[in-house]
Amino acid sequence: MNQQNLPLFEIFIRSKRGLDHRHVGSLHAEDPAQALDYARDVYLRRSEGVSVWVVRSSDITASQESDVESFCDPMDDKPYRHATHFKLPKEVDNM
Amino acid sequence: MDIRSKALLNYSIALGDDSLMLGHRLSEWCRNGPFLEEDLALTNTSLDFIGRARMFYTYAAEIEDKGRGEDDIAYLRDCREYRNFLINELPIGDFAFTMARQLMVDAFDMGFYAGLTQSRDPMLAGIASKAIKESRYHLRRSEDWIVRLGDGTEESHERTQNAFNELWGYAAEMFEMADDEQLLVDAGIAVDRHVLKTDWTTTLHTVLRQATLKIPKGDWAIGGGREGNHTEHLGFLLAELQFLQRAYPGQQW
Repeated sequence: MNQQNLPLFEIFIRSKRGLDHRHVGSLHAEDPAQALDYARDVYLRRSEGVSVWVVRSSDITASQESDVESFCDPMDDKPYRHATHFKLPKEVDNM
Repeated sequence: MDIRSKALLNYSIALGDDSLMLGHRLSEWCRNGPFLEEDLALTNTSLDFIGRARMFYTYAAEIEDKGRGEDDIAYLRDCREYRNFLINELPIGDFAFTMARQLMVDAFDMGFYAGLTQSRDPMLAGIASKAIKESRYHLRRSEDWIVRLGDGTEESHERTQNAFNELWGYAAEMFEMADDEQLLVDAGIAVDRHVLKTDWTTTLHTVLRQATLKIPKGDWAIGGGREGNHTEHLGFLLAELQFLQRAYPGQQW
């Protein structure tokens, strides 16, 4: 079988109840059901989690390198968007 | 040693042999798998079977109480002393053959280990309750693959059909009782193999039909593994399996 023909899947694992699913890596599989099985063998061998999501990599819409300036740069001229901008009254000092 | 302890010893060794031979065969796929993910899955499965062998041999050594350990039982016997069913020692063949054998064995193991969890022997029941969880996953994999391969391309269909035709007659001995097995069944320790056949047949027929495969003709059966009569393949398997212990006696991890 030619691995080039197998679609890529991104694997997300929730390590404990109550926590978020986290991206742990990717793998090749024929379809989502098989990707789920392989995720068990590739990423869950050491009790890493309690739940798995698989997502076809091609279904992910990602930001582009060229978007960085408008998407990710901190808005330094708008300091009020950061919580640290606001002085807390003494009474709530330990917030 | 009384008759029942002797029977229990034989039973544990035979179950260990079944697991070790199949585990070894699956390990031969390591780095030879069709692609990385499947390579990992196959070797994980291999480790499940080798793990079972270790538990059965350790228990056998304890029953025997003659100072032999799991390694002695695994590595230091000759061909005729192994008691595994022949289906477990057959070479891996192509991927279709490997998965066809897995389906036959996994479907059997589901029924067998479910039964063994009810054993009055706490050690066997404990091993079984670990094994059944693994087998559930093994079966899920082998069912999935057989449907993919059978209902896949013309070539994968043909290879899978050939594999089942070649393997079919090896199933029979899994449903036969060894000479001293019945007394363990009567004592509530062992599983009655005869009653497992109906469910096994239903599972196999369902999966094969779904995979657009023909049910092979059941007009031949081969056995003898439990009496130590093996195929020519076991000797070669043991040569590889035992080499290290024979060349460096007592070598450990």
